[in-house]
Amino acid sequence: MTPDLPEDQLVDLLRRMLVIRRFEESLIKLAGDFDIGHFHVYIGQESTGVPALAQLQEGDLAFTTHRNHGHLLARGTDPAAMVAEILGKATGTNNGKGGTLHIASPEHGFPTTSAVTGGCTPLATGAAFAFSRRKVDRVSVCLFGDGALEEGSYHESINIAALEALPVIYLCENNSLEALGQKANEYPSSTMAAAPLTDLAASFKVPTITVDGTDTGAVHGAMAEAIDRARSGGGPTFVEALTVRWPGNRPLWPQLATGVTDLTYAWDEGAIPQDHSKWHGAQDGVLRYTRELVTAGLVTTGDVLALDGEVSTQIEDAVQFALDSPYPDPESAFEGVYA
Amino acid sequence: MTAELRFIDAIHAGLQASLAADDAVVVIGEDVTYGGPFGATKGLADEFGRHRVRDTPISEATVMGMVTGAALTGLRPVVEVMFVDFITLAMDQLVNHAAKLHFMSGGQLRVPLTVRVQGGVRGRFGAHHSQSLESWFTHTPGLKVVAPAFPGDAKPLLAAAIANDNPVVYLEHRGLYWDKGPLHDDPVDGAVVRRPGTDVTVVSYSKMVHSALAAADRLADSGVEAEVIDLRWLAPLDTATVLESVAKTGRAVVAHEAVARGGLGAELAATIQREVFTELVAPVERVGAAFAPVAAAAALEDAFLPGVDEIERAAGSLMAFGPPPP
Repeated sequence: MTPDLPEDQLVDLLRRMLVIRRFEESLIKLAGDFDIGHFHVYIGQESTGVPALAQLQEGDLAFTTHRNHGHLLARGTDPAAMVAEILGKATGTNNGKGGTLHIASPEHGFPTTSAVTGGCTPLATGAAFAFSRRKVDRVSVCLFGDGALEEGSYHESINIAALEALPVIYLCENNSLEALGQKANEYPSSTMAAAPLTDLAASFKVPTITVDGTDTGAVHGAMAEAIDRARSGGGPTFVEALTVRWPGNRPLWPQLATGVTDLTYAWDEGAIPQDHSKWHGAQDGVLRYTRELVTAGLVTTGDVLALDGEVSTQIEDAVQFALDSPYPDPESAFEGVYA
Repeated sequence: MTAELRFIDAIHAGLQASLAADDAVVVIGEDVTYGGPFGATKGLADEFGRHRVRDTPISEATVMGMVTGAALTGLRPVVEVMFVDFITLAMDQLVNHAAKLHFMSGGQLRVPLTVRVQGGVRGRFGAHHSQSLESWFTHTPGLKVVAPAFPGDAKPLLAAAIANDNPVVYLEHRGLYWDKGPLHDDPVDGAVVRRPGTDVTVVSYSKMVHSALAAADRLADSGVEAEVIDLRWLAPLDTATVLESVAKTGRAVVAHEAVARGGLGAELAATIQREVFTELVAPVERVGAAFAPVAAAAALEDAFLPGVDEIERAAGSLMAFGPPPP
């Protein structure tokens, strides 16, 4: 379903999703030619991150994890500075000192990316603590995958958030392999004894919402409820978004397993190839949202292709900017250890 | 006459002054509204409100991250970790996050955080309540470390730590809490010479400074004048003060309560031999604890703890080297 938003905002959500999709696809292509270290792509989770984060207001903070690119782009971080950071250029968001695993964009509400699983849970909780002490109606969003629930810091954090009624939303993107229940009668998470995962919040008396992470409207609604609760002093919420592990994320190094996304699959079922037909036909949240907008008559197929063209050009320019940018002065490796 | 305060009360006074001076300062930790195990925060919750002086669950890992997140979000937190031994639980947030966020973000972030933590051998507490772990912190780029030895320094050093825009680990030795001394308004940047001398330099910090001074008194009885340096700041290290002294005396002993192996004494010894090699008339001697956990029994704890005897012996052994002092 489509979110309950004005038409221009619905199209803007699609634009943000396409920015992420084209960004990640370009990055995978670049990775063949550049030594950019290990990285993680957000393909397949755009329909969670974009509706969840695009509705945040200026001053709200979000703390993200290793699968961070989509989160940052969803709130408007400059893709050119991000590619530059990932390629180790001086023009990167962190001047090359962070790389993909530590992209920071405070002006877009992302103080840091932690590459330690569960590393951001206490930080996000602490930001909410600061908001409550400073008596400002900002909220903090903690972004993590199901794996972070295996760390002790999550349990300590949600306990404190509940005790203090902190304005924080724990958004768990459950992208375990079978997250949408493809395997019958088995709960998605493979490494937790607790099931469903929302039990791990409910036991702390924190309200929970489980949502289909490929359903843009459902994610938007769930996060709107959670953000409203946090902003009005109602304390934390745990949102579990069931997303799909994109086939290209297997095994560990991203590969364009499903090819460069062809948006015509959203309205032309006959064009969908046999390979990964389930992905293109049902699981890809970007295609699903595109399909919903077209079916509802909110955009034409021509609008979609034109928008995609604009976004693709933006990403091509971003990549070119990064390629043309200088490497940092080696001396800067020793600078800025202390403030 | 200058008012004398106990060390623990000087810390209390420092917290009180910082809370009064800056609304962004919050004091947070286990049992801090009650006063903590030794009374450093006693009464602060009543004076400044439980909004700003806040108890936490027994969750060191998250509390360290929480105060880091809060420091990124406009607060200037002072967190109390009850025993330095428990900081093991918080090291991910302290080392991977608080210490690195300024650098990793390309300078976009600042973490104005003070970590108050007490430790050291005192009171037969055993191996989970008696350690000196400062070299873990001094080994971590991005952390500042301060270890006062006197009540008079405790308050201004705490104020300096809280005012700093970096994460500062403020190390308190439990064995100093009940010492009394005068407060002062002197600068507390860098190291300070506690006792001038010409024959041998004893470099130390925290409680071991007192052992160094006692050893210097004994050495003086046998005609050896030891210069005693109190480092105060362990990171960044005031090597200039140390090197100037050693260049003069030609002999150096580095003394700390922490395990000697891989300790701060090793770092100082390496720096001294590299920078003033030609001035040295003897190898740099280290005094530190044996490579063993701290045992609980009185006889074993006493055997473990280095002190006045060891410093006197080390300094005395250096006098056998080289030319007699001019």
